Amino acid sequence: MVYEILEENNLCNYYSYSDNPGKSKKNSFESKDYSYLDIDELKDKFVNYSDSEISQASFMIPDMHCSSCIWLLENLTRFDENILESKVNFPAKKLFVKFKTKLKLSTLVTLLDRIGYEPDLSFENLDQESKKNTNRSLYIKLGIAGFAFGNVMMLSFPEYLAITDNPESLGNFFRYLMVALSIPVFFYSASYYYVSTWKGLKSGTINIDFPLTLGILALYFRSLFEIFTDSGPGYLDSFTGLIFLLLIGKIFQTKTYDFFNFERNFKSYFPISVVVKKDGVETPVPLSKLEKGNKILIRNNEVIPADSYLLSGNANIDYSFVTGESIPQIRKVGDKIFAGGRQHGGIIELELYRDVSQSYLTNLWNEFKQTKKLISVYTNLSNLISKYFVYILLTISIAAFVFWLPSGWVHAVTVFSSILIIACPCAAALSTPFTFGNTLRLLGKNQFYLKNAVSLEKIAQTKAIVFDKTGTVTSNKYFGIEFVGTTLDDFEKTLVKTSVKNSLHPLSKIIYKHLEESLEVKPDLFNEFAGLGTECVTGEFKVLTGSLKYLNNNGITVSDKLSVDSHETTKVHIAINNNYRGYFKITNSYRTEVLDSIKKLHDKYEVFLLSGDNDSEREYLSKYFLNADNLHFNMSPADKRDFILKIKNEFQSVMMIGDGLNDTGALGSSDTGISVTEDLMSFTPSSDVILRADELSKIGNFIKLAKDSLNVIKINLVISFIYNIVGVTVAVQGNLTPLFAAILMPLSSISVILISFTGTVLASKKRGLL
Amino acid sequence: MSVFYILIGASLFVALIFLIAFFWAVKSGQMDDTYTPSVRVLFDDDLSDKNKISNNKQDKLEKKA
Repeated sequence: MVYEILEENNLCNYYSYSDNPGKSKKNSFESKDYSYLDIDELKDKFVNYSDSEISQASFMIPDMHCSSCIWLLENLTRFDENILESKVNFPAKKLFVKFKTKLKLSTLVTLLDRIGYEPDLSFENLDQESKKNTNRSLYIKLGIAGFAFGNVMMLSFPEYLAITDNPESLGNFFRYLMVALSIPVFFYSASYYYVSTWKGLKSGTINIDFPLTLGILALYFRSLFEIFTDSGPGYLDSFTGLIFLLLIGKIFQTKTYDFFNFERNFKSYFPISVVVKKDGVETPVPLSKLEKGNKILIRNNEVIPADSYLLSGNANIDYSFVTGESIPQIRKVGDKIFAGGRQHGGIIELELYRDVSQSYLTNLWNEFKQTKKLISVYTNLSNLISKYFVYILLTISIAAFVFWLPSGWVHAVTVFSSILIIACPCAAALSTPFTFGNTLRLLGKNQFYLKNAVSLEKIAQTKAIVFDKTGTVTSNKYFGIEFVGTTLDDFEKTLVKTSVKNSLHPLSKIIYKHLEESLEVKPDLFNEFAGLGTECVTGEFKVLTGSLKYLNNNGITVSDKLSVDSHETTKVHIAINNNYRGYFKITNSYRTEVLDSIKKLHDKYEVFLLSGDNDSEREYLSKYFLNADNLHFNMSPADKRDFILKIKNEFQSVMMIGDGLNDTGALGSSDTGISVTEDLMSFTPSSDVILRADELSKIGNFIKLAKDSLNVIKINLVISFIYNIVGVTVAVQGNLTPLFAAILMPLSSISVILISFTGTVLASKKRGLL
Repeated sequence: MSVFYILIGASLFVALIFLIAFFWAVKSGQMDDTYTPSVRVLFDDDLSDKNKISNNKQDKLEKKA
C-alpha cells in the first residue's frame, strides 16, 4: 500500500531513507549554522512546552508536499533517540516534535534540514492559537445545534402526524423537552448572529444578519409563547434546523488556506539571528538586539537585515525580494548595501549604519502600511440587498399587524411574527458562503489563492488591471541569454561549459543551462573568486569567466567596441587563453503566454504597465499593451502607489498584479492586490490573492469566474425571494403552521445550496478552469 | 404510555454521550487537521513488523492447507 503511494510521489526517497534511517543525504549539502537557536529567547519562539525532562516544539515546514513526507517526518524518532514523538499537520504544514530536553534545538533543526525539510524559522511563525480556538468553538456550536436539531425533530413528529390522542401530559413533556434542548442553541450556537447584527447597527449598516436575527428572535419567542400558553407546538424544529444550516454555511466559508500567510511582514523574510563580530569573536545575536555600528557577517544565501556599509568580501547582492529583479548586483567595499538583499558567494563583513527598524526597507514597508485602507468599504451584494429587504419586510409585517389588529392583538402579533419567521432569509444567507466557498476552492485548484471571500466580490468588479513588469510580466526563472563577441565554436563552448559548471554563482548556472547541448569535460584546475569570476584550466586551455574588472585584473584587454554598452545589462565576460572573446548578455525574459493573454484583456479592461526600469523595452511591450499612454517606466515604489490611487478615481475597481516588495504600496492601495510568485512558499508582500506565476495567463478567466459566481448568487437571491413570497402570502393570511415552516425552510435552503454548487462548477468548466 | 418518559430519557442520554464525545474530539484537536490522519492510517508501524505480519498470514494459510 505504502509502495503505491510512493509510486505516485516518486519525488520522495522513501525507501532510501527507510533502509538506513539515521544516515544523511549524501549529496552536496551546505551545512547551515543553527547554533543561534540555542539562545533562550529564540528558543522560546519554537518550544511550546518544556520541563527538565521533556520539551515540545513546533515548526513550519514549507517543503512537505506528499504522504511520504508525512511518513518520514513522523518517523523522526529513528534518527535520534532523544526525539520521543513527531506529529504532522499536513494542511497547515506544521510539525510538532516532542523530545528530551537535553537535545539541543539546533541539533533538531539541523536534522530536519539534513533530511530535506528545512523549517521556516521566520519571525512570524508563531502559533495561531486564536484562529484555532475560533474554529473549534464553531464546531462545538455546530455540534450543539445538530444535536438539538435531531432531537427536536424527533420530538416534533407526533405534532407533524397530528397524533392528538396521546395524553395531554406527554405532549407537554415533549414540548418542554424541546424548549430545554433549544436553550443552548439560542444562547450559544446562534450568538454570532446577534453580535454581528449589533456591530452592523452600531456602524450604521444593516447587514444580512439583521433579518436573520429578526427571524431567529421571532421564531424563538413565538415558540416559547405558544408552548407556555399551551396554544400550539411552536417552531423549535425550524429554529434549530435553521441555526444548524447557517453554521454549516459558516464552516464552509471559513475554510481557508491554512498554510498561507497573506499578511506577512517583511521581517518574516529576515534571518532571526545574525553573526556579530566583536573583538574578533563571532557570536550569534537575535535580530531584535542588533544595533547601529555592529559588524556582522553574512554568508552565502543570507539576507542583509539592515542598511550597512560593506567592509570586506565580495558582495554580490540579489535584490529580487525588494525589486523583483533576480540578477545579482555587485557591490564594492565601502558601498552602501540596503536591507533585503541576499548575498550570493562568499562571506561578507558589513557594518550597520542604521538600526533594523530604521532601514530603508522598513521605512518603505511602514509608509505603505499606513496607506492600506483601514475601513473595508465593501458593498457585499447580499448585504446591500438585505437592506432593502429589511425595509420591505418590516413594511409588510407592520401593515399586516395593523390590518389584523381589529380581530384582536394576539392574532395580529401572531401574523406579525409569522411573517418575520417565514421571511427569514436563510436561503439568501446560505447562498453567499456556499457559492463563494466553492469558488474559492475551484480557484485554489488553479493555484489562485484568495485571502477571503470578500476579495472575490472585488475581483468581479475589476475595471482596470495594472501589471508590474519585473518578476510579473518577466520571469525570474527563465532568462534571455545572448552571446556577444567572437562566435564560440563547439570546442570552446565545451570549455566554457566546463568552467561554469563548477561555479556556484547564479549567473554561471544560467549560462550552464544555456549551453545544455555542448559537451563537458573534467577540468584540471578550477578556482572561483566569489563575486569576481572563475579560472578553469583544461589541458592547455585556460578559461576565465567573470566580471570585466576581473578580466582586466588578469591583464586581458577588452576591445572598446564590445565593452561599451549603453544599457546596463548583466554580462559575464569570457576569455580563453588570455584572449577576450566576448560576453554573455543576460536579461530577464518575458512570459510570452502572459503577454498574449494581456493583449486579450484589452477588450474588457483598461490595462496598464508599471515598471521601475527605464523605457528601453517600450517598443517591444507596446505590441502587447495596446494603449501607449498606459505604459509607465521609471516608477519608484511610491510612484506606483500614487498611480494606483490616481486611476482609482477613474476606474472604480483596480486590480494590481505585482511581485516584489516594491509593489507593496501599489498592491495595498489597489482594490485587489495579486502577488505573483514562482514558489508558493516563498515571501509574498501582503495582498488579497497569491497566484502561482505559471497560472498568470489565466487571469482573464479568473475574473470571469468571479463574475459568474456573483451571478450564481443573484440567481439564488431570486429563488429565495420566490420562496419568501410564497411563505409571506401564507403568513399574511394568518395560516402559517409549524409543519409548513418546517418544510419550506429546509427546502429553500437545500435548493439554494445545490444551485450554488452546480452553478460554480459549471461556470468554472465553461472558463476552462476545471 | 408512561414508558415514553423512560425511552425518551434513554435516547437523550445516549445522544448526549455522543455529543460529549464530539466535544472531546474537537477539544483534543481532531478537527484541526482532517487530512493527515487519513494518510497516517496507511503507514505500517514498522517495516520489520510488516514482515512478521505477512509471515503470520503465511503460517495461517499453511495451516489451513
